[in-house]
Amino acid sequence: MVCWQSVSVWSVAGRVEMTVSKFMAIQKALQPDWFQCLSDGEVSCKEATSIKRVRKSVDRSLLFLDNCLRLQEESEVLQKSVIIGVIEGGDVMEERLRSARETAKRPVGGFLLDGFQGNPTTLETRLRLLSSVTAELPEDKPRLISGVSRPDEVLECIERGVDLFESFFPYQVTERGCALTFSFDYQPNPEETLLQQNGTQEEIKCVDQIKKIETTGCNQEITSFEINLKEKKYQEDFNPLVRGCSCYCCKNHTRAYIHHLLVTNELLAGVLLMMHNFEHYFGFFHYIREALKSDKLAQLKELIHRQAS
Amino acid sequence: MAGAATQASLESAPRIMRLVAECSRSRARAGELWLPHGTVATPVFMPVGTQATMKGITTEQLDALGCRICLGNTYHLGLRPGPELIQKASGLHGFMNWPHNLLTDSGGFQMVSLVSLSEVTEEGVRFRSPYDGNETLLSPEKSVQIQNALEMTKRDVPGFAIGGLSGGESKSQFWRMVALSTSRLPKDKPRYLMGVGYATDLVVCVALGCDMFDCVFPTRTARFGSALVPTGNLQLRKKVFEKDFGPIDPECTCPTCQKHSRAFLHALLHSDNTAALHHLTVHNIAYQLQLMSAVRTSIVEKRFPDFVRDFMGAMYGDPTLCPTWATDALASVGITLG
Repeated sequence: MVCWQSVSVWSVAGRVEMTVSKFMAIQKALQPDWFQCLSDGEVSCKEATSIKRVRKSVDRSLLFLDNCLRLQEESEVLQKSVIIGVIEGGDVMEERLRSARETAKRPVGGFLLDGFQGNPTTLETRLRLLSSVTAELPEDKPRLISGVSRPDEVLECIERGVDLFESFFPYQVTERGCALTFSFDYQPNPEETLLQQNGTQEEIKCVDQIKKIETTGCNQEITSFEINLKEKKYQEDFNPLVRGCSCYCCKNHTRAYIHHLLVTNELLAGVLLMMHNFEHYFGFFHYIREALKSDKLAQLKELIHRQAS
Repeated sequence: MAGAATQASLESAPRIMRLVAECSRSRARAGELWLPHGTVATPVFMPVGTQATMKGITTEQLDALGCRICLGNTYHLGLRPGPELIQKASGLHGFMNWPHNLLTDSGGFQMVSLVSLSEVTEEGVRFRSPYDGNETLLSPEKSVQIQNALEMTKRDVPGFAIGGLSGGESKSQFWRMVALSTSRLPKDKPRYLMGVGYATDLVVCVALGCDMFDCVFPTRTARFGSALVPTGNLQLRKKVFEKDFGPIDPECTCPTCQKHSRAFLHALLHSDNTAALHHLTVHNIAYQLQLMSAVRTSIVEKRFPDFVRDFMGAMYGDPTLCPTWATDALASVGITLG
């Protein structure tokens, strides 16, 4: 719930009215390196918002930003942290552009593109908005996006000028007892490719493997970027999660062992899977940077798209 | 010549224990176990990893704490993942990737704790699996089969397990049974007291002559937010720890105490993830292992009785405030408190 003075959030302690001063007082205590400014992102939580409401979200977010910047000026401690301006505007092109231009006028350290989260189909339409928005932003300041984390969507956003992403995708994969196995080496040596192909025929074949599963707090579908270690076929699979992966889990344990831990509801399953999923995901981002440096993003994109379903 | 025959049969069992020091007052001993996966210093506390894992912590973390032997459970592993699979995985060591020693129990405790699901027949004990309702017959042959497939060291170790004593009998009976058992057992073979436990019990039973211990208590209590310390335990969920920025125990060398405060762990315990449980499991295992190590050093340095007095002083405020059963047990082997 948002008004001109505050953003209300609900927690275990009940409703907390986050005014600008309260918000900045918290930042002063936390002393982060950078923080996302208080903003009105409510439009992205609701369907079919009126243009009037969208306009309000842009106006309010700019007001919050100006007030936060003013409070920052008055505090030596707060000046050590960088403020990230938040770009709102829902799905209305005119408002998105206004939000981008106005936010860019302020002395922020970077920009967070809010309201682009959603399912893959909504992202499609929003990608057009995204290109227009980033075109309005200065080249030399980082652009963050919230709510986008899937490998294929990450690449689409990178092509449109985004620099930083949240890593909740590997976390969700872990929570549903799965391991990331998608390939991101767009320039593998031919021998390795052959070995990988022979070993992972089944994974590539199962394009129709999308299933809806219910796990605690995670109603996402299993993607084709991962394998489900709970499946019976992994019971006697003594290979590592991904051959060649240098994470702790792959160096020390087998798919069969992870399967056993999941089936017996052991805490260690999540520990090992999280280590692997983070390492795999960060490895992907390493390859993205390499691809960008050597102008091979198209190859990487093609490889990822082949594996998306 | 009956005496000579008896001597010969005793000598035929392989010696896997070497005594390094003995307390001149009590029955406490410091020793070494020579096992297939390395030497283990005794007295030793063995953490329990029931289902081929120490709950929530990696084998690397366990190794870093100095653990050189831990427990697996025959009954549970026999059901999931089953002996055939473990065999294919190069044994339980290979399956869970634990380079040090493993002890697997016979499944006898489960006979007691899952008694409502079992039926004792002439062939053995018939269990109904709590997981899927299927029946298993745990016959002597099957039990041995499972244990062999799990490379259990116990069968090859000529030592003695003192069992059936951690189920709720009074402490007074408990210590007398332990003392009776150790008085009858040969000195040069290890005495394994199953299911013990609490710090006080460990110290007292070392005094009574036991060498090896296992118990789920430290790891289980960690998962309830309780940290073990020389003065007892800290219920870290409690509000009193909200702003306590010291470590659980300033003397403890475990990673949790090196890196995290009570306040942080308190906050984690009130959050929606399991991180605190992992940190506390690491600490509680470290506590037990460090306790045993300190006990051992005191025996080697010929000051075990003083160690016991200091320990009881820290735990109960004054050695004389130690529970009666413990005072009696220690007195029976020549250690007086206060």
